Amino acid sequence: MANTDLALSARGVRMEYRDRSSDTRLVAIEAMDLDVADREFVSLLGPSGCGKSTFLKIVNGLLKATAGEIRLRRNGKGREDAMVFQDAALFPWYSVLDNVAYGLVCAGVKNDEARKRAAPLVELVGLQGFEAKYPYQLSGGMQQRANLARALAVDAPILLMDEPFASLDAQTREVMQAELLRIWNAAQKTVVFVTHQIEEAVYLSDRVIVMSARPGRILADIEIELPRPRALELKRSAQFTAYADQIWKLLASQHAPAAPVGQA
Amino acid sequence: MSVESATTYRVIYPRVRRRRPPLVRWYRRNERVVLGLGGLAAFVVLWQVLSGAGVVDPLFFGSPQGVFQAGVREVQIPRFWNDVRYSLTEVTVGFLASLVLAVPLGLAIGWYRRVSFAFDPWLNFLNAIPRPALIPLVVLWVGLGIEMKTIIVFLGGFFSIILPTVEGVRTVDQQLLDVAHSFRASQRRLFTSVVIPATVPFIAAGVRLALGRLLIGVVVAELYAQTEGIGVLIERAADVLDGNRMLFGVLLFTLMGVLTTEAAGRVERHFQRWRPSANLDLEEGT
Repeated sequence: MANTDLALSARGVRMEYRDRSSDTRLVAIEAMDLDVADREFVSLLGPSGCGKSTFLKIVNGLLKATAGEIRLRRNGKGREDAMVFQDAALFPWYSVLDNVAYGLVCAGVKNDEARKRAAPLVELVGLQGFEAKYPYQLSGGMQQRANLARALAVDAPILLMDEPFASLDAQTREVMQAELLRIWNAAQKTVVFVTHQIEEAVYLSDRVIVMSARPGRILADIEIELPRPRALELKRSAQFTAYADQIWKLLASQHAPAAPVGQA
Repeated sequence: MSVESATTYRVIYPRVRRRRPPLVRWYRRNERVVLGLGGLAAFVVLWQVLSGAGVVDPLFFGSPQGVFQAGVREVQIPRFWNDVRYSLTEVTVGFLASLVLAVPLGLAIGWYRRVSFAFDPWLNFLNAIPRPALIPLVVLWVGLGIEMKTIIVFLGGFFSIILPTVEGVRTVDQQLLDVAHSFRASQRRLFTSVVIPATVPFIAAGVRLALGRLLIGVVVAELYAQTEGIGVLIERAADVLDGNRMLFGVLLFTLMGVLTTEAAGRVERHFQRWRPSANLDLEEGT
């Protein structure tokens, strides 16, 4: 892969926290190297506490790493990356349209103009007719659609998605996964997607980065060579199951075996 | 399943909805208002009857008719309108001053750690003072006039508003702040898009508390100062044992309380259209 094709490149990213109660340092991420190609869909998969969300926040600039370096390919027009948050995180006091326009307004676009530019994205995520609704009037899946549209609206080439479907029920989650692939295809974005669901990672991704529990580090980097476009039926295929099994075994091997009783 | 089986069942039927006569349906829809106003009306009638029959002494307890007549007499006296004007001015100026000062200061204390370190001891200390205890001191500083009473009103409102405001800022959803930071919101936008909207319900709760407290403030200050105001009207009536006129004064304060609370409620609902509870109507069995 030629270096110029990379959308994101991380080298030796390390994150330590100071635990105030014991005054010790917790290592959240040990040393993370990651290259993501332009328009690639990469998932970070791992148990909670593996630092995958932390990594995303470092890329987005919400947190500063203890060490290491991240390069994002410059976008002449504006922001390089935009975040899709966990639990939707919509502003309850803004309408759907104003929530979607929020990033544009923050970037200095006038309110009316921002709304005009946000409208097609509301449509892209399938929320037309709900522009004037408040978040509490939407279902969980619809809130996530608005959350996605908000990130798409700033037109950043890299989308950072932090377990966006974790709180949805199983059926809605599947619908949203298929929707995400459709939108990813239409919008031509690079996606870094954080999840703890094996199936979700395999279904969505070109590559799955499997991470260990704290301290987080990369266990494996698995190319998912399933044809696209991917229909939901693909999840029933042998090929799909083989990928899921491979990753499941990798994660299961990480659990410390329980000590046999009576052998202290 | 055999027909002779000894097993029995308890059957749960759906609700039978009978169509009721129009009058009954009208009553059901307006039950809240009918019972509320009906109770009030019944009380007034009972009061009138009992005082007319001499069961309660109209000298001390007045009568609805007497209160009404006292009111009619009062509104024809210029001095009455002067009293009303004073009370309204004290309440309005004191309340607005407390709102204008408490909200920005509360936002700053809640948001900036250093400001809170500097102001927290003052807030706790000053809030612990029972406001009426300050009246003689304020009189010493500014005299018995409208300034003193306005200051007492202001103090009652200020602390009622600032404490919930600080609390509101401190409990702003961290994830929403993350969203704002993620989109590189300016400090100004961070306030207008996240901190202030999230704090509005707390400010509203403070305002409701403040309205109650500052009416107490105005009554206590006016009774103490004996210069002008509705409190003085009550006091003058008390001097001549005019129960009806005293009750008329009390009624005026009550009216002020009801109207300001209602107005505050409307403003609050306007700012909280985004909250599910603000749009819930009480609907029952229509």
